[in-house]
Parts: sequence; C-alpha cells; structure tokens
Amino acid sequence: MYSHDVVIVGSGLAGLRAALEMAGHLDVAIISKVYPSRSHSGAAQGGVAAALSNMDGDSVEAHTYDTVKGADFIGDQDAIEILCSDAPRTIIELEHYGCAFSRTDENKIAQRAFGGHSFKRACYSADRTGHALLHTLFEQSMKRGAELQIYSEWYVTRLIIEDGICRGVVALDIKTGKLEIFHAKTILFATGGYGRAFKITSNAYANTGDGITAAYKAGIPLQDMEFVQYHPTGLYEHGILLSEAARGEGGYLINSDGDRFMSKYAPTKMELGPRDIVSRSEQTEINEGRGAGPKKDYVLLDLRHLGKAKIMERLPQIYHLAKDFIDVDAIKDPVPIQPTAHYSMGGIPADNDCQVFLNETELCKGFFAAGECSCISVHGANRLGTNSLLEALVFGRRAGKKMLHATNEMKFSPVNEKKEISAAKLEIDKLLYNKGSEHLASIREELQETMTYKVGVYRNANDMEQAQQKVNELKDRFTRVKVSEKGKNFNVNIQEALELSHMLEYSELIVAGAKARKESRGAHSRDDYPNRDDENWMKHTLVFRQPDGSCELKYKPVRVTRFEPEERTY
Amino acid sequence: MEKVTLKIFRYDPGKDSQPYYQNYIMELEPGITLLNGLNKVRATQDASLAYRMSCGSAICGSCAMKVNGHALLACKTQLCDLAKNGLVQIDPIGNMEVIKDLVVDLEPFWASLRKVRPYLVPDTLDNPELERKQTQKQFLLIDDVTTCILCASCYSDCNVLEVDNEFFGPATLAKAHRFIYDSRDAKAYDRLEQITELYGVWDCTHCGECSTRCPTETKPMARIEEIRQAVMEAEITNNNGARHVLGFRETVSKSGRLNENYLPARSVGFFNIPALLGLLPVGIRMFVKGKNPPLIHKSIEKVKEVKSIFSRLKKYRKIKPQHITKGDINRLDEDSISERKV
Ligand SMILES: Cc1cc2nc3c(=O)[nH]c(=O)nc-3n(C[C@H](O)[C@H](O)[C@H](O)COP(=O)(O)OP(=O)(O)OC[C@H]3O[C@@H](n4cnc5c(N)ncnc54)[C@H](O)[C@@H]3O)c2cc1C
Ligand code: SF4
Ligand code: SF4
Ligand code: FES
Repeated sequence: MYSHDVVIVGSGLAGLRAALEMAGHLDVAIISKVYPSRSHSGAAQGGVAAALSNMDGDSVEAHTYDTVKGADFIGDQDAIEILCSDAPRTIIELEHYGCAFSRTDENKIAQRAFGGHSFKRACYSADRTGHALLHTLFEQSMKRGAELQIYSEWYVTRLIIEDGICRGVVALDIKTGKLEIFHAKTILFATGGYGRAFKITSNAYANTGDGITAAYKAGIPLQDMEFVQYHPTGLYEHGILLSEAARGEGGYLINSDGDRFMSKYAPTKMELGPRDIVSRSEQTEINEGRGAGPKKDYVLLDLRHLGKAKIMERLPQIYHLAKDFIDVDAIKDPVPIQPTAHYSMGGIPADNDCQVFLNETELCKGFFAAGECSCISVHGANRLGTNSLLEALVFGRRAGKKMLHATNEMKFSPVNEKKEISAAKLEIDKLLYNKGSEHLASIREELQETMTYKVGVYRNANDMEQAQQKVNELKDRFTRVKVSEKGKNFNVNIQEALELSHMLEYSELIVAGAKARKESRGAHSRDDYPNRDDENWMKHTLVFRQPDGSCELKYKPVRVTRFEPEERTY
Repeated sequence: MEKVTLKIFRYDPGKDSQPYYQNYIMELEPGITLLNGLNKVRATQDASLAYRMSCGSAICGSCAMKVNGHALLACKTQLCDLAKNGLVQIDPIGNMEVIKDLVVDLEPFWASLRKVRPYLVPDTLDNPELERKQTQKQFLLIDDVTTCILCASCYSDCNVLEVDNEFFGPATLAKAHRFIYDSRDAKAYDRLEQITELYGVWDCTHCGECSTRCPTETKPMARIEEIRQAVMEAEITNNNGARHVLGFRETVSKSGRLNENYLPARSVGFFNIPALLGLLPVGIRMFVKGKNPPLIHKSIEKVKEVKSIFSRLKKYRKIKPQHITKGDINRLDEDSISERKV
C-alpha cells in the first residue's frame, strides 16, 4: 500500500496544474496511465480563451455571455463567471511559467477569432496550443520534481468511497501487473474525456472514461452525460481533427454532386456557421444519400481553389494530416471528412471548488474532480472551442487551492486493504478466466458503431431504443469476453478489456440521458423533438447507479445569475 | 488485395529466454497507417502484442518504433510506404532496454532531460500582472524547437548514445536550446557552460540521424549546431570541444590544412599534462603502425585563398546571439531569424 496526503489521477492540464498548487506543502502523488507529456491535452490545436483584449475591446462580461449562450443556457452561470474572470490571470501565469505564445506587433500574446466567441479571444501558440501548455506544465513538474511523486503508466481501476468519505484508489502497475492501493486524505480525478466510445472520434485511445466510470461505480452520480460535442471536420474514418482554420481560410464543404451544401442550411454564413449546425448539415447530406465515396458516408473538404501556396503557408498541418493519414493530396483532391465526436460536456458533478457531489445536494468528503472529466458545469449543452483548456487550468488550480486547505484538516480514513485488492483482482480475474470466447475487438467495434450511428449528431427515440438494446446485448456478451494474454508485465490486453468495460458502462448512461431528454439543446439534437424546451428541460441530468447495476435518472436545477435564456441564433 | 507481412520483434522477459521475430500476414488496405495495421493484428490475430499508443495523430509521442531499422511514429506513417517486397520489419526503439515487445524502458530518456534544468529560469518580473514582452521574431526563434513531442526517436537512433549512454542526447540538447534561445530565460550563459562540458554538445558527431528521424520541426542536429555557434560567440572556450574548433580554425586558416599533431594537444589544452600523457599511447601506436601525420607541417600552395575565405566568412554568421553574458538575458540578432525561417 502506498500512502500520500494527496493523490491526483491524471497528468493532463488539470491534474498537473492542481499538483503545482500543492507541491511543497503536502505529500503529493500523481498517477497517470500515460506519461504526462502524452496526455490528451497536448492534442489541442486552436487556442485557449481569455479576455486579454490584446487585439480588440474584449471584456470578461462578453466572454461570460458568449459562454452562457454557447452552452445553450444550461451552464451554471456562477461557475462560468469564475471561469471567464479568472481567464486573463491564468494565461499570464502560464506565460510566466514559460509557455511560448505567438505574439502581436506590440509584443503581447496574440489572439485569434474562434467560433461562438464575439471577440478575438483565443490565445495561441501557432497551431499547437495544447501541446505548448502541456509541455510547459510538464516542465514545471520536473522543476518541482523533488516535491512531486509521479507514477506514470499506472492504471487506476477503482475508487474507494465508504460512508461518504473518499479514501483512496486501487491502481495497476502496467509494467509489472501488480495491484496496489493508494491511500490518501484527498483524491483528485483529472482523467479527461470519454469520446472513445464513438467510432469516429478526435479523442486519444486513452480517453476511455475510466475516471468517470470508477466514480460512478463507487456511488457517485454522473451529470449531463448525453451532451457530447461533434466537430464538423474529422478526417474520414480516423476522426482526427482538421482545425476550424480550414474553413476560416475559405475551404468549401461539398457533397457527392460537388454542391456547396451549406447554402441550404446557413445561406449567409455558409461553411463558417457554428460547429453544431455544420455538423448536422453534413450528417443530413450523408443520411439523404448525397455522401461521397463508395459507401456514401462522407462529405468533402475542398481546398483546391485556395492554391498550393496558400495551403502550404496557412494550412500546413491539415495538408500533412491528410497526406500522412489517408494519403490524400489536398492540393489536388478534396479531403474526405465527417463529423467527429470531440468533447465530453458531461462528467463527475462538482461545485465551483471542484468538490464532488454525492447526490443532488451533499458533497463527498475528500473527493475532487477537475478538467474534462468533471461537470461543474461551465459548458452546459455545448462547449465553445478554446474554453476547455481554460477550464482545465482554472479549475485545476482551484481544486489545488481547496484541497490544500481541506487536506490539512483531514486524517487518513481507514481502508480495508485486503477487501479492496481482492475486489480489484476479482474484476480482472473475471476477464481472464471466464472461459468465454466473445471477441473483444468486435464488441468494441459494435459499441463504437452503435454510438456513432444511433446516438450521434442526430438522435431520435427509435434509434436510441435500438442503441440501448445493443449496449445491453454487448454488456452481456462482455461477461464472456476472451482475454487471451494472461501475462503480468505490460499486458495491454487486460487494459483494453478494462477500458472496454468502462466504455460499455458509461455508453449506457449517455443513451439513458439522451433518450429521456425530450428536446434539442446544444449538442443534443433530436429529430423527433427539434426544439429547445426551457419549461421542462432547463435542468441538469444526474444519473445514479442502482444496486442491481441499472441506472436511475434524477434532475437538478441550473444556476442562473445574470442571463435569462433566449433563442440561440448566430 | 495485396498482402504484407509484418515481421515483429517479440520478447517477454517474464516468459521468453530470448527475443524472436513473429510474422503476421495481413491485407495492405490503401491508406492504412502502420499503427492501424498493428491494431488490426492485435484485434484479429494476436492480442498479446504490446506497444504504446495514445493520440493516434502524431502529437503525443507514444508510438515511436523502429521500422526497417529506423525510428518513426507508427501513427503517422502509411504502411504501403514501408513495405519492401511485401515485408516490414518492426523493432522497439533503440538505446533503451525492452520491457516487452515494442515497449522500452524510457527512464534513461527522461533522466537525461532532467539534467539540463528543462524549465524556464526567468528574470524578475517588471509587472507580475502582465505578460512578459516578447517579439514575434523572438517567438519564432523557439517555434521550431518547441514542437518536440518527446517521442525519443532521436534518442533511439543516435550513434553516440549507442556507445556512450552518458551523452545528453539530441532531445535533451534541443530542450536546452529551447531555453537558451528564449528571450525570457535568464540563465542562457550558465546553460551554455553546462552543455559544453563532457557529454554535452561537443560529443555529438554530427551524423544527422536525429534530424532525419525527428517527426517534428525540432531537428536536433541543427539545434546542436546553433548551440555550438552560441558557445563560441559567448567565448566559452575552456573545454576540449571549443579548443578543438579553435585549433582547427587556427591551423587551417594559417596553413590551409589541418595540423594533426597540433590539434589533439590544442584540444585537451597545452598545460593539461595528465590529458597530454593520455594521448601518448595512441600517438605511439599510430607511429608504430606508420599512421602518424608528417612531423613537419607544411602549408598548401594556395594558402592565401584560404585565408581570404576565412576573413570573408567572419562577416556571414547565421545565428548570432548578441552579448550572452553571465546572468544576462540573451538577446539575439533578429535579422538572422528570418533567414532561418525561409
Ligand atoms: C483534437 C482535440 C483538439 C482540441 N482542441 C482544443 C482547443 O483548441 N481548445 C480547447 O480549449 N480545448 C480543446 N480540446 C479539448 C481539451 O484539449 C481537453 O478538454 C482538455 O485538454 C482536457 O484536459 P484534462 O486535463 O481534463 O484531461 P487530459 O489531458 O485528457 O488528461 C487525462 C489524464 O488522465 C489520465 N488517466 C485517465 N484515465 C486514467 C486511469 N484509469 N488511470 C490513471 N490515469 C488515467 C491520463 O493518463 C491523462 O494523464 C481539444 C480536444 C481534442 C481531442
Ligand atoms: S547528430 Fe549528434 S545528436 Fe544527432 S544522432 Fe548524430 S550524434 Fe546523435
Ligand atoms: S527531437 Fe524530434 S525525435 Fe527527438 S524527441 Fe523531440 S520530436 Fe522526437
Ligand atoms: S499515437 Fe501519439 S504520436 Fe503516435
């Protein structure tokens, strides 16, 4: 058994930022299933939002309003105010840590425009902002190396909560296959998003929602799981993100007939309409048979008219992604694309100091959540681009501050080591020795297809009913899954089985939440209920695990401070 | 459909007495990446095969492996570009111990990185509430080197690391460069001093492997070259590497060719008796084998032309850091940056 004052699970922006806040004051450990610099925060390209007003007359007020509106009025406004007013300080802090930012003529941090933001608000480091931020915090963690213990390539399988008090986690040392308990006074989950349950996704292989599932299984409800954002320009079949810049620089979206179909859906803004509308338009084209390719399942991003010089100068990354990953030369041919699952708005419910809720009102003692795995909720039904790097940084720090305080006032609560280890071991043994012959990769593939095609950009009661049945069937088949590799060290086979079990568990909750929510709001779009329904649905979903493993839905009100709901038009 | 054979290095120290290769035959789908190929193998043929991956989009640095002898990122490489006569050989990256199959112990790589204070050491701030000023040109100076994704491809294929694991290695030197050339760092001079010591920039043989293998714009060898120039500009010459460069220049600029008797002594320092004695055995062996250079060093005929080249060269230096002095924030010659960017 390892023992630390504080255990942080996750070494992305949220986890690292929280750790820096406490290092030197408490005995802090970070557990991460990948090395810190491999965390998915590094994949973010576009930017991080803050009303620095380096380019124009931006204000915290405007940022707040844009975020509330972007969230389709289901974000909690007090949390959004914290997010936006702390943003400028956060960016300056990262600059002081050494993050390299692109600069203006006045030698200040440069900012660019981004969908849904009414000013030039996105601070950026060329086209790899997340990478620059993540490596900066990784550097700082090396600076504080003596004060921080990082357990890289350890996989957390269980969260230990008893009597409303969080006591530790059980983790698997991937290198040796050994299970260990990490005993702590306080625990922070900063485990990232859950987009891997979808076939077409921009998320890393690691984004399998382990943290949220462990919390859920330990008795914590999950909030707003039905809200999953789809980005309009995912590289066909891979889902890899092609940045919004492709359209910003004048790229066309065309269907199999070569028509610029956006003229039907957003005649004035055309390709530059908001993300959800463009994604839905693409999906409509595909659904109505105007998709391109042999399977008619994608549309095309046409850059040819921009010419070689402009493509290579302004959109080099897009050119290389298309070339390297699907062998398409964007100068000569249009690039196959499709909407891609991109961001998880839902997650572990927490208050503005990242303390996790046990139910609608009570807090769980010693348990905190920050970053994409949390639902605080600053993004409501639809996250604005560049707001989530910000969230991870702002709330990572807030979690650290609160935990510093809370940990000092807490004792270690006892953990039944034997019981916890054998429960974790049983879970793994069930995978190893169930004598079944169900094929792991097929279950995963069928789940991902179901989620993308039945619970994707457009949803309706009928599709979701099928999805629910399918997920149940897959969960049943999973009890007989075959894990052929029994070895101890670096057993990727066990890890992928555990990850799949998590994806199955939370996919059921996405479907349940989405099926119940009989309206269209933000990223949740139903063709059988095409309108937003504030009267009945301006509330957060909370899903609770029942003793028999089934789920129960409850709801909790949205916190409105300044902005009353209005129609969301752009 | 065309077939391809993946010949993959397998080794599980817990089970196997020694490593072996296993062949997997699969269809060569058009447009498939190596990583997706491996994922297919895992999904349909052999779930025990171990390798690392995360982002799938060439940004996290997890999936470096050796393919047909050279390190690359599996997720950004087309399988069809790799197949030679229908065969692709895949090994773990080099210069590190194998944990299992294609997974190596990266600890030496991280440990090397930690040696060079891999974080900004700033000056005191004028105003803690504002960002520090930096020009776009100054940003561009570290733009390339900050693309490093710490994939260790360079570390894997570095020839010096193969024989000397104390060498800082390409990625670590690139990390040092990142701060030496950051206008906000206050320790450029100290950093330069540190990496001119043993195992630092002068130990690189300039083979170019690291830059060829690097999947990003970091291109370590070019950065090492820049650091060396900065070291000379800053006149940190009390070390073998710098003395070697100066000695090289001295003899060639004087006589038009290398004085091979003079140079080794010049490099270790004329008053460094122990090191000079250390050179003796090599000298004697060379003498015995008849490989010693002529004892009397003569100038070449057209030595004048060589001299004029040297005097002209002085005017054209590429990256010229201006006064890097002790404790001072380095300022760089901005005109040189645009040169590098094109
Ligand atoms: C392609 C792409 C582009 C994006 N672009 C932008 C953008 O331009 N602007 C913006 O604001 N946002 C962007 N986002 C979203 C943003 O990157 C993420 O929301 C944010 O980085 C999440 O940070 P995090 O710290 O919460 O989690 P992550 O960085 O995902 O880190 C999660 C951590 O948890 C660890 N972990 C997970 N499970 C376990 C387990 N079981 N055991 C141990 N450790 C575990 C992982 O190892 C990892 O260290 C983008 C997202 C994607 C996918
Ligand atoms: S150029 Fe230098 S650092 Fe790079 S691989 Fe060769 S010896 Fe190593
Ligand atoms: S320098 Fe290049 S090859 Fe080396 S770790 Fe960085 S990105 Fe990889
Ligand atoms: S999987 Fe991330 S770089 Fe290849």
